Amino acid sequence: MDQVVLRNVTKRFTTKTLGDIVAVDNFNLSVHEGECFSFLGPSGCGKSTTLRMIAGFEDLSEGEIELCGRPVSVKSKNLYVPPEERGLGMVFQAFAVWPHMNVFENVAFPLRIQGMNKMDVNKKVAEALKHTSLTGLEKVYPGDLSGGQQQRIALARAIVTQPKVMLLDEPLSNLDPKLRESMRFEIKELQAKFNFTIIFVTHDQSEAMAISDRMMVCDMGKIMQIDTPENLYNKPVNRFVHSFLGESTFLNVSVRDGKVFADGDAEQALNLAIPPEAAERMVVATRPNAIELTGGEDGYVTHVAKRIFLTDRTEYLIPVGSQTLKVQTPHRVSFSEGEKCCVRLVNPMWYPAEDEAAEKERARRQTI
Amino acid sequence: MSIGFGKQKDLAALEGRHVSLDGALTILSFVLLLIIVVIPVFMIVYHAFFYQGHFNPELFKTQLLDPKNLGAMWNTVKIAFFVTVFGTIMGVFYAWLLGRSDIPAKGLMRALFSIPYMFPPFLGAMAWKLLLGGRAGYLNKWLWATFGFRMNINSVWGIVFVEISYYFPFVFMQVVSALERMDPTLEECARIAGARQMTVIRKITLPLVLPAISAGALLILITSLAHFGVPSILGFSQGIFTLPTRIFDAIQSAEGSFEGIRQGAALSIMLVVVVSLALIVQKHVLSSGSYDIIKGKSMRPTLIKLRASKLPLLVLSILTLLLIVVVPLVMIFLVALVNGYGNALIPANFTLNNYISVFKAAGTFDSIKNSLFASVVAGIVCMSLGTLIAYVVQKIRPRGKGLLEILSVLPYSIPGTVLAVGVILAWSGSLGVSLYNTIWIIIVAYLARYLSFSMKSSSAALLQVHSSLEEAARTCGASHTESLKDITLPLIRPAMVAGFFLIFLPAMREVTTSILLYGPFTRTLGVQIYAMQDAGSMSEAAALGSVAIVLIFICDTIVKYITKDRKGV
Repeated sequence: MDQVVLRNVTKRFTTKTLGDIVAVDNFNLSVHEGECFSFLGPSGCGKSTTLRMIAGFEDLSEGEIELCGRPVSVKSKNLYVPPEERGLGMVFQAFAVWPHMNVFENVAFPLRIQGMNKMDVNKKVAEALKHTSLTGLEKVYPGDLSGGQQQRIALARAIVTQPKVMLLDEPLSNLDPKLRESMRFEIKELQAKFNFTIIFVTHDQSEAMAISDRMMVCDMGKIMQIDTPENLYNKPVNRFVHSFLGESTFLNVSVRDGKVFADGDAEQALNLAIPPEAAERMVVATRPNAIELTGGEDGYVTHVAKRIFLTDRTEYLIPVGSQTLKVQTPHRVSFSEGEKCCVRLVNPMWYPAEDEAAEKERARRQTI
Repeated sequence: MSIGFGKQKDLAALEGRHVSLDGALTILSFVLLLIIVVIPVFMIVYHAFFYQGHFNPELFKTQLLDPKNLGAMWNTVKIAFFVTVFGTIMGVFYAWLLGRSDIPAKGLMRALFSIPYMFPPFLGAMAWKLLLGGRAGYLNKWLWATFGFRMNINSVWGIVFVEISYYFPFVFMQVVSALERMDPTLEECARIAGARQMTVIRKITLPLVLPAISAGALLILITSLAHFGVPSILGFSQGIFTLPTRIFDAIQSAEGSFEGIRQGAALSIMLVVVVSLALIVQKHVLSSGSYDIIKGKSMRPTLIKLRASKLPLLVLSILTLLLIVVVPLVMIFLVALVNGYGNALIPANFTLNNYISVFKAAGTFDSIKNSLFASVVAGIVCMSLGTLIAYVVQKIRPRGKGLLEILSVLPYSIPGTVLAVGVILAWSGSLGVSLYNTIWIIIVAYLARYLSFSMKSSSAALLQVHSSLEEAARTCGASHTESLKDITLPLIRPAMVAGFFLIFLPAMREVTTSILLYGPFTRTLGVQIYAMQDAGSMSEAAALGSVAIVLIFICDTIVKYITKDRKGV
């Protein structure tokens, strides 16, 4: 069953600095039961606004939202279920644990609001604390705990009512990198134990890749692609998704007489198969580690401009026409700076030439 | 910190002189604070307990047991208590309304709510006296004619009412800023957990801003305990005394004899004890509960929709604003224009005669001149002295810097009346220096009273100037003096300017200390207005009061204009 469904959801803001802006433009998506679904994108892409609309903190400009088969926000009927009646769990970036309550009181709060009797409260809180490794800290105030422990309180408080859907709004970005990794596993373990659906908002692509079953990549208020992490990495639908997930290297090319020429070199063609839909101006995209670097002649012949030693691999900057290609190889493939070499792109992706207007709009939105 | 200390010492030693600049600055700060703060405070304690060089607690005992004084003490506590309770409730309510609800015209209302900050409360007391003072009050005459009853502002409750309207902004400002800085996800989280709006306010919002509430409430309590203007204007005629007005009365009725001043000193000790108790509570409360509620990404706080209650609450706010801000202001101007106090406030009776007679009177221009002079001098001296002490405390960090800090902030917690008594005892000849009846005795009192303002302002700025900036100047070849002059001072200049105005503005409207210190030729603006209304010339007092309001308003606007673009170092 689909537990979170968004139909034609749109949100418009008017801000002083930017004027009218479509923060969320016609979002359609459905999150399955038990799934871990990530919203991924740069700041200002609309991912947090979408989450807040699901939580009920923002109303919609258009469209409707369903939770567990129950309509909670329907613009056309002016239906709006307040956040406290949506039965969600939520964890915020800044933890939002209440500093005036100790750990026990923080976690017990949602149960007390439900009017649960004292014994059940004690039992449920103890269980939630056990699963978040907080047992023994009941009487401590959050101000005396570390960031990781505070985030565990927030998690315990969210799972204590055993909600069906859990909203996580960049819950790991205030933690240090090592802790971040272990918390990822803890969240997945909790999910396995309590069997809830997760919507996970983040701007960190590796985090999203590691945790999600499926994810939505969005940019400037539009959905770019919804798919599994593997498909998103291997078959990005556009240049933005390609560059946002993993490392990318791009070449601007022209297609002439059945041959492909990199900008800045009209003599030596790139040895590439041309897809049928290619226009004259195109962008060829690939991953730095998917480029073959050899000493032979079978490919584009050039030289090594710069060699950079990275701990687990070597990176080469290779001039191609007036552009620079980034290539990463295992250490055993070794070229010195200035040495002649040959590059071959293996199954690159082809995208239409860059759209300058879109780049400008992105820059404008970043200032929000 | 110890490393910074060592570095500073080294830099000073590199100067290669016997007396380092840092050492000289430190000694200078101690000497100046001794003269300005320690001596007056010491003199009060000494004269309360010693008579002609011998320990003699008799005076203190008789004063303490005098029922008149005990009554004054009781009134002081009673008034301060009610002002604090009602002022806090009012402050919190309007802070929430303006900070968190979707009530319209927020900006305008906030500006109006901060007006009581600007004006001296004794002008407000005067305005209410014109409206509700006995049979002659304008509103009372109408009430009597229409409903057959009248209200009496010249009462304990009248004093409480007027003080509330001037002191509730202390809580209002604190709580509004706490609400605005608060991380909104703290409240959203409670909604997600299933709590309704009212539950969130009760269980989350209010407990979280409780530290701000109690800080503001204690500020009201301490200010009200020490307050002179309102109880003196509204209480004297009915024989209602508070400790500050009792001190004034004792000194005034002794007609300058030393006995009266000694009596004042003994009463001052009583007042200081009461205020100290409040200060101890304050320190305890402030150190115990403050939460870190401001982390997290900044998001506009969700405004709570008032829906049906929006209109009634808006009407209530407007009525409150009218009552505490607009009515007193308008009243002063209207009475200033009418051709005789008591005549109907209609255009036919309006005249400029009051202004003409006020400005023809010899004292008027002198009082404005005196106030301007005293305020400017106090402002400049305090600004320099405050910066000096702040520099010594923050950058040189000598042994005893804690003492330095305490001494510079101490006079702020001493009631103005008490400070004036100390200044009289210290600087009217008993130590070989007599400033009595000169403007300088008033300036000395202002210095002690306002020093902490400029010191805090400069301190905050100096904390922002990292010592590496001065060190960089030294490596570029500048001497210690040069790096101080060319690097540090220019960087904190905006804070120094702000510090000047923090002193200039309140000094311009000061009445509490000046009323005890003025001489025949050194009346200040506040004293002049006070004397006029005391003599019963209400129209003239109102006329000069309106001039003062315009003056204060102009100064305040200039300050806002100047300090607007100069924020941050």
